[in-house]
Amino acid sequence: MRTLFFLLRKEFLQIFRDKLILRVIFVMPIIQLIVLPNAANFEMKNISLSVVDRDHSEYSRKLINKFTSSGYFRLTDVSSTYEKALESIEKDKADLIIEIPQGFERDLIRENQSKMMISANAINGQTSGLAVSYSNAIIKDFNNDIRVEWIQQPRLNPFPVIEITSSNWFNPKMNYKYFIVPGVLALLVTLVGFLLTSLNIVKEKEMGTIEQLNVSPIKKYQFILGKLIPFWILGLVVLTIGSMVSLIFYGIFPSGSFFLIYLFAAIYLIALLGFGLLTSTFAETQQQAMFISYFFMMTFILLGGLFAPIENMPDWARYLTYINPVSYFIDVMRMIILKGSGMADLLKHFGIISLFAVVFNVTAILHYKKTI
Amino acid sequence: MNKNEIVIKTDKLTKKFGDFVAANEITFEVYKGEIFGFLGANGAGKTTAMKMLIGISKPSFGKANIAGFDIYKETEKIKKSIGYMSQKFSLYEDLTIRENIQFFGGVYGLNDNEIVSAGNKLIDKLGLHDEADKLVGSLPLGWKQKLSFSIAILHNPKIVFLDEPTGGVDPITRRQFWDMIYEAADNGITVFVTTHYMDEAEYCHRVSIMVDGVIKALDSPEQLKKHYNAESMDEVFLMLARSAKRGE
Repeated sequence: MRTLFFLLRKEFLQIFRDKLILRVIFVMPIIQLIVLPNAANFEMKNISLSVVDRDHSEYSRKLINKFTSSGYFRLTDVSSTYEKALESIEKDKADLIIEIPQGFERDLIRENQSKMMISANAINGQTSGLAVSYSNAIIKDFNNDIRVEWIQQPRLNPFPVIEITSSNWFNPKMNYKYFIVPGVLALLVTLVGFLLTSLNIVKEKEMGTIEQLNVSPIKKYQFILGKLIPFWILGLVVLTIGSMVSLIFYGIFPSGSFFLIYLFAAIYLIALLGFGLLTSTFAETQQQAMFISYFFMMTFILLGGLFAPIENMPDWARYLTYINPVSYFIDVMRMIILKGSGMADLLKHFGIISLFAVVFNVTAILHYKKTI
Repeated sequence: MNKNEIVIKTDKLTKKFGDFVAANEITFEVYKGEIFGFLGANGAGKTTAMKMLIGISKPSFGKANIAGFDIYKETEKIKKSIGYMSQKFSLYEDLTIRENIQFFGGVYGLNDNEIVSAGNKLIDKLGLHDEADKLVGSLPLGWKQKLSFSIAILHNPKIVFLDEPTGGVDPITRRQFWDMIYEAADNGITVFVTTHYMDEAEYCHRVSIMVDGVIKALDSPEQLKKHYNAESMDEVFLMLARSAKRGE
């Protein structure tokens, strides 16, 4: 116990003396949480719209108005022909063209149907996909509007009007930030826990101080605990800072319990620190450790379900996410914060992450040698 | 030096890395309070042999007893009874002198009073009052080496192993360093030291010279010079090391 106390005191002295690391630990979560969710926003706004209106009727104007007032589109070009409108796409002035043919209003009233054309610039597949689906929604809405207008004439409607509306559970306003912030927070805890542990141990190797520890009576478990406990605490500190930032800046307060979040994070950090320890047993220099860590961090993050939904991944990639601890943490954060899931819903996650903790740490301890 | 008490005893101690025999059937004894010089060219197997003795490298075969403990079964007990100073400076540069003393003192099981008194004594002796609360990284190399040695013997070990302790240090500091070694030996601490400086070899009670993993000669500097009909240890060393087949 006494040895462990000296090891921990030494570790904290070193951490608090390293002003750069300290700044990274405390400032990074704040900056990242403020910048990332605002920058990595998949909601599209200001899609440049080019209009070819060959009908010039009341309805065509209504439809164009509907587009421009939706907030998603910005009218940047009005052309007389489709060919001219295409030029504006080629010049990168427009992302989407809507062409309203002559007789649009007449056909709509007489034949109860009419045609129009939407063309999207598909160089950026995501933008064009979104632009088209927004347009579809707007046109459907327009369709409903004029039909309601027609039905309104008789005061008593003989037919019941069935209205279909949708509501989004757990994130009623479809606020993208609610979805991304808990995930970013999970990543920050991961980064601090994993990277700092592996680098710290390898630094002792590089400096040669580890040799001095190896010839001392310090036991293997004491050394490992002396390294894991400080970063375990730091990980939880980062989680706390991050939670405060998301409350203050985004008003995100977990629907579920804080206790569950911390309980899961505590086990998750043990798993992650074990993995950092394992990494450090393979690396001889901080440069090597950095590269190994980056390789795993990139894979974990990209397959973690933060940016690309796991449901959209091909089968083989989905199987990979089963062995990705980060994906479980992101999932749990979202479940507790957005859905308010309780222990009963999270048993599977808790079981798997505990298994990770055991496997990583046992492997790391077996692989860490006091001899050379 | 007390010839009745043996603190290091090895019997055909061998370390193999695949087909390469780094240390080949090394057999010798070291007495309590002796300053034992462990010489050899680069690549002769000194460091390998030393790492087996301090318990961070398992021998391939052979026997050894360090401070009364078996090298295979009682490595943790050995570690409590020895001090070690590696050729790489290995105190924490981002801790102060006092914090290093506290850490290593604590790790070797000294209690709080012992840490304070041993630490103060050490700081007095090295005259480091003004630097005691400065980071070790800011000290000049010679001071670092002396500090490193002092911390290696802080817990009053039976044996202290020094791996090229005076590399890159100026002659005056080297002289002071050897004064400290003599003082430690007078206090009953056995000093096991490797060096490339042959003038330092002259200071040792006995020296062994390793060539290609084998101990080629082992005696006091006077006897060795007489035996090889040489003026200095430098000549003795050159005569023996020239036969080496392993290069750097």
